[in-house]
Amino acid sequence: MKFNQYTIHELQDKLAAREISAVELTEAVFARIAEVDDQVNAYITLNKDEALVQAAAADKLLEQKKGGPLCGIPLAIKDVMCTRGLRTTAGSKILESFIPPYDATVIEKLREAGAVICGKVSMDEFAMGSSNENCAYGVPHNPWNLDYICGGSSGGSAAAVAADECIASLGSDTGGSIRQPGSHCSVVGLKPTYGRVSRFGLLAYASSLDQIGPLTKDVRDCALLLKVISGYDRQDSTSVAQPVPDYLSALEPGLDGLKIGIPREYFAEGLDPEVNEAILTGIAELRGAGAETVEVSLPHTDYGVAAYYIIAPAEAGSNLSRYDGVRFGYRDKEADSLLEMYEKTRSQGFGDEVKRRIMIGTYALSSGYYDAYYKKASQVRTLIVEDYQKVFSQCDILVSPVSPMPAWRLGEKTDDPLSMYLADALTIPANLAGIPALSVPCGFSSAGMPIGLQIQAGHFNEEKLLKAAFNLESALEVKGQKPKL
Amino acid sequence: MEFETVIGLEVHAQLKTNSKIFCTCTTEFGRPPNSNTCPVCLGMPGVLPVLNKKVVEYAIKMSVATNCAINYRNQFARKNYFYPDLPKGYQISQFELPIAEHGYVDIEVDGKISRIGLTRIHMEEDAGKLIHDSHEPRSYVDLNRTGTPLIEIVSEPDIRSPREAAAYLRKLHAILRYLDICDGNMQEGSFRCDANISLRPAGRDEFGTRTELKNMNSFKNVQRALEYEVRRQRDILLDGGEIIQQTLLWDADRNRTNPMRSKEEAHDYRYFPDPDLIPVVIDDAWLDQVKQSLPELPEQKRARFIDEFGLPAYDAEIITSSRDLAEYFETAEKIFPQPKKISNWMMTELMREMKGEDGINISDCPVSPENLANLLIMIDKGAISGKIGKTVFSEMMESGKDPQTIVKEKNLVQMSDESDLLKIIREILADNPAQVTQFKEGKTKVMGFFIGRLMKKTKGKANPKLANQLFAQELK
Ligand SMILES: [Zn+2]
Repeated sequence: MKFNQYTIHELQDKLAAREISAVELTEAVFARIAEVDDQVNAYITLNKDEALVQAAAADKLLEQKKGGPLCGIPLAIKDVMCTRGLRTTAGSKILESFIPPYDATVIEKLREAGAVICGKVSMDEFAMGSSNENCAYGVPHNPWNLDYICGGSSGGSAAAVAADECIASLGSDTGGSIRQPGSHCSVVGLKPTYGRVSRFGLLAYASSLDQIGPLTKDVRDCALLLKVISGYDRQDSTSVAQPVPDYLSALEPGLDGLKIGIPREYFAEGLDPEVNEAILTGIAELRGAGAETVEVSLPHTDYGVAAYYIIAPAEAGSNLSRYDGVRFGYRDKEADSLLEMYEKTRSQGFGDEVKRRIMIGTYALSSGYYDAYYKKASQVRTLIVEDYQKVFSQCDILVSPVSPMPAWRLGEKTDDPLSMYLADALTIPANLAGIPALSVPCGFSSAGMPIGLQIQAGHFNEEKLLKAAFNLESALEVKGQKPKL
Repeated sequence: MEFETVIGLEVHAQLKTNSKIFCTCTTEFGRPPNSNTCPVCLGMPGVLPVLNKKVVEYAIKMSVATNCAINYRNQFARKNYFYPDLPKGYQISQFELPIAEHGYVDIEVDGKISRIGLTRIHMEEDAGKLIHDSHEPRSYVDLNRTGTPLIEIVSEPDIRSPREAAAYLRKLHAILRYLDICDGNMQEGSFRCDANISLRPAGRDEFGTRTELKNMNSFKNVQRALEYEVRRQRDILLDGGEIIQQTLLWDADRNRTNPMRSKEEAHDYRYFPDPDLIPVVIDDAWLDQVKQSLPELPEQKRARFIDEFGLPAYDAEIITSSRDLAEYFETAEKIFPQPKKISNWMMTELMREMKGEDGINISDCPVSPENLANLLIMIDKGAISGKIGKTVFSEMMESGKDPQTIVKEKNLVQMSDESDLLKIIREILADNPAQVTQFKEGKTKVMGFFIGRLMKKTKGKANPKLANQLFAQELK
């Protein structure tokens, strides 16, 4: 195996034992990027020179046995988190020249832990999309089949991990943006509890839904990376001062006493039969590990997509107002008046999907429509929260598909935004309720495209997710399978 | 036809916290453009606001002092609009759930006390400033002020005249200054006011169509602008015309209002709860703590000054109209415990000298309360005459020196030595035999002539009481 194909925890041992150096490892990653990224197109911006400097520094610490948990580990970062001195575009033309003067809190934490930052990876513009086709810097391709989408919006993060163009990555999840590409690319993806990870430095899409999380090659790496990035941050008022447990200690074999809820609404009409079959196989394995299953109901699931496509665009419309050409980023220089400068800057700087959502959001908050849209959507959100509260008194975790279908062909749904929105129906409710949810590889379709299994739990119950996912991963023979590139 | 004036005021008061409302930048005034900024107040991508607790504390103080009900759970909301002085494209304010509601203050105009209701008080951030190039079609943005904490105090339409409006504003201003939470400078914009005004036929309940007045940057301008607008609306109504609902800008130079361009006011702010900030929760313990830290407020102080110092109500009202004046008074009174004499001097000499556009700004006064007290002691003891005292006071205003030094330097000590005075008096009497004769014939008014001569010769330093005595003695 090549160095870049290993997991974080395998590399921790090899680096500590000085079997390999961080510089060699980083060079292996960049060699892989050079080899495949013109096909995969996962990266928007490479950080090679800086990464090698970081790797050399990591090697020094490793020599002195002073390295943090990620010392010398090359990571890829979704291009929506601010990296000091390294361009951050959010996949948008409007930020084509934006170089943040500060690090996001998660980036600070990664640097403290000794990580090497290889570069910034592709995403749907401002995290708006489910296929990563809305990106001003080219579309990433699914490493399992280059004709297919890799999912979105953290498509670059998932593709880079799947193609071994990094060891692990960070993504952000507003309505499924970590879990869905994780599922489509056969990597583990976790959206933590809202407030578990600081959002400071994350370019906001929908502030009340956004959460940063890891995309990794296995469940152990997921636990490891989650531990590094979690915790209260006084710079983010919505982060929660809840102690960070040692997630790795949750990874024990055996699920005796665990009660799994199977939500009826997640297996409704329209679910791809191959996905259904893979999930049922997964559930059987979980039962085999000792878990009990019970059928449960989340009756308001169907309204999740509608509520989401009011709340998220409403917040987005406001969050994206700062991209006005006045202080940073793209500006149309031909305009004769202030109003024209705003109009031209924003109509040229933003892509179609972003404009569509800004318009939806603006409409939903307009005077006379607020009660019918935003307020109603907020009420639906409360009902969804209550659904979960009821269900988690009956079971510990919920198991379901991540996406109703495996990855589709590039371009297949680009003219039909509504069908793309509906593809997020199974991931959106967790964001609306702020609960943690994880996607773990669970099999492949007959066309060879990956299928992920989703696990959801109550607030701050990430350990339950990780434990169940770890047991499933151990029982299945999916982990370690690599796409042929 | 008789009309009744209906006015409601919206007051913005900048809170004098050390740092801004959502970041740690300083709020210091007068720094070079854009130097008091950081990624948070510049609205850079990815940054988040963190509420300065001091702002909540100050807002609670004002809410309690104006008899408002505190909302134990209140929330920030976004007010969305585009303008280059607003970096995020929205202002963080409060909308559905402000920090306080349903308060009131009492005001007095011509001896009549009126209660003005407060609809609400809410916290928000200030915007930056645009500086327009006067030569080129170009504007500069200074974001130093962006994120400075404000409270907005919204009154009910309970104000019935421009004078009441001015009295209400003075009242709010005094309370803010007493609480020491706002420096109250209207020219620098740390205390700003917009007004809604309409007229209705006397006796009718429904409101007339209102206009909104902006750009009035002094108490006097608020009153003048409202008086102008009352006349303008009355003329239109008497002509059978209709008032157009619009925003008007006061032009203090031309003494008139001008309509704002309609494009600038057609806003739908699309308020919604700010998802970056959790609701503000105030508990009883916090509220009690703030209540206990409240200073004596104007009305309480006024009552105490009447009670403790025996000041007339009129004097007490003026002296307690600002916290600084009251403090000045109390400091002087400790050294020279004759309250009425101090208030007399303060209300005449001192206020005449210190009166500005927005009332008395005593903190700039070069005469310290200690020095005023010392001056009064010198007069009281007869070291100088009252008349000389006024000369010394003017000199103190000019140089800031203490009265003892001035009296010594200018050799103004009163002549109270009998033998020195007698020598001069005898000379005067010898030089003016005709007047002496007149006096002896019963024309006692001639005494004024003699005193005048004496004062001229002594440059006003002769002790007048003693001089009268000696003249009388010599003329017997
Ligand atoms: Zn700042």
